[in-house]
Amino acid sequence: MDLDHDTLVAFSKSWGLFYLIALSIAVLIYTFLPSNRKRFDDAKKNILDKDDTPWRR
Amino acid sequence: MIAQLTTSERRQSAIILLVLGMAGLAMAALGRSDPLGVHGLLVILFSVGLSYFVLSSFYEPEPETDRLGLYYDDPIKVGIVLSMAWAVFGMFIGVWVAAQLAWPDLAFDAAWSSFGRLRPAHTTGVIFGFGGNALIATSFHVVQRTSRARLAGQVSPWFVLLGFNLFCVLAVTGYFMGLTQSKEYAEPEWYADLWLVIVWITYFVLYLRTLARRKEPHIYVANWYYMAFIVVVAILHIVNNVAVPVSLGHAKSYSVWAGVQDAMVQWWYGHNAVAFFLTAGFLAMLYYYLPIRAGRPIFSYRLSILSFWGITFFYMWAGSHHLHYTALPHWVQNLGMTFSVMLLVPSWASAGNALLTLNGAWHKVRDDATLRFITVAVLFYGLSTFEGSFLAIRPVNSLSHYTDWTVGHVHAGALGWVALITFGSFYTLVPTLWKRERMYSAGLVEVHFWLALAGTLVYVFAMWNSGIIQGLMWRTYTDDGTLAYSFIDSLLAMYPYYIARAFGGLLFLLGAIVACYNIWMTVRHVPLSASRRADIPITGLPAGAATPAE
Repeated sequence: MDLDHDTLVAFSKSWGLFYLIALSIAVLIYTFLPSNRKRFDDAKKNILDKDDTPWRR
Repeated sequence: MIAQLTTSERRQSAIILLVLGMAGLAMAALGRSDPLGVHGLLVILFSVGLSYFVLSSFYEPEPETDRLGLYYDDPIKVGIVLSMAWAVFGMFIGVWVAAQLAWPDLAFDAAWSSFGRLRPAHTTGVIFGFGGNALIATSFHVVQRTSRARLAGQVSPWFVLLGFNLFCVLAVTGYFMGLTQSKEYAEPEWYADLWLVIVWITYFVLYLRTLARRKEPHIYVANWYYMAFIVVVAILHIVNNVAVPVSLGHAKSYSVWAGVQDAMVQWWYGHNAVAFFLTAGFLAMLYYYLPIRAGRPIFSYRLSILSFWGITFFYMWAGSHHLHYTALPHWVQNLGMTFSVMLLVPSWASAGNALLTLNGAWHKVRDDATLRFITVAVLFYGLSTFEGSFLAIRPVNSLSHYTDWTVGHVHAGALGWVALITFGSFYTLVPTLWKRERMYSAGLVEVHFWLALAGTLVYVFAMWNSGIIQGLMWRTYTDDGTLAYSFIDSLLAMYPYYIARAFGGLLFLLGAIVACYNIWMTVRHVPLSASRRADIPITGLPAGAATPAE
């Protein structure tokens, strides 16, 4: 099969669409997965902690 | 600064500088009277100058091991100073180049000061010099604080920061000598590009290694944006700058891309430079310094994740809207147009998230000019992303393209969003970093805020007016079917707007100078804050005197 312009266009118009949809579904699942809720809440609040030294000596 | 390095780290720095100096010598020898030779000399000077710093403190006593229990803030401080110095330089060139459009005699008949050479010196000075240093400095700060880990290296942060500045200096001095690849925002020639690749990969590795040391189980979203910025800029830079030099002794090179492919690669680069250099990294600042300054967590963390992935994946496809009505295939133009319009959703999600964070803290926005910088930056972010999506629509673009409307759009983003969020972050960061209670003068922050806002508004309104007038004059036909106006007619109509634009830029520059003074006085004259005094290494107090980490 020749790898010409039309082949690439067909590929990007089909698989390009599918992988973007797959990615959006993956991101939505990651975002709304109930088990991630606590880790997101912690991340959101922890940056406001006042202490100013790293944890590792 | 050098006193904070161990003897082996000092030796390592000296060796790096020696290798750099040798590279400069090779460039000078091969390039001779070519601009490459001049740049070789410049690299040698750079390396000798820094070697002086390293060698003069080479035999000082070793630093205390305690320092590893503290954050590594020295490179951040230098980064802020460099960033502000570039801001004043870049904005001064900007005002000058804007004034040249109104009064062309201001080029003084010299080659180096002609419009075509000053203009990239302005864009490089503000985008890479000011913006780039601000991104590097704040990324070093945010990654340490949000990971609760010290930077994973003693020498590499300096290598990244100073190496990047060497790139900027090579770029700007090259323009003055007439060197350019003629690719917008990627003007520097092949040897500077190769150097930046080395610096950038070091940056990437340093960032990843610091994240790997983190204590927090989850990587805070600001770091995602910084990572996107680092990774994507590396990819863009490498692909767009693939070029073959005329010879090893010659500064000039030719791109491997040709014709419409070259144009597409350039604007894939150019638009993603806007996306990942001028947006992603600054959104990272927003997601960290806004909650810190407002004292409130971000409104919705989930929304920040969704908008991150939206911005990352949509932006990649938007570049072709720079090439409407060109030889670029129509479907590629459509693709760019569609993705540009879709981009409005994650962009406004970020802006909305930021504004909703402020809900309940509006009294702070009223009283605190620093928080107001950040807030107005968000408003301009919302405005310019809307405008960007709108301008990317092909029929709108037929009116706006090649006119000052584009210039106005870029500056609404660059002044209103990028610069304001940076100043807001710096005013938050400077007292924290130097352990001061507050900035030297809240009044001067206020003065800076109003100068910056007035400057931006004057600039943007002038360019909107002139851009739309230009666009309309260029497409007005007489009854006979000929163009009603010549190009010179439209140029004359621009005269008052060009004066207004230079004036707006001048206000903005004055604001940046006020900021420099304020930062300088904060570092020099504001007393150390009692609560922050405890963890300063130079006072010799044991680091344990600070509140324990956990």
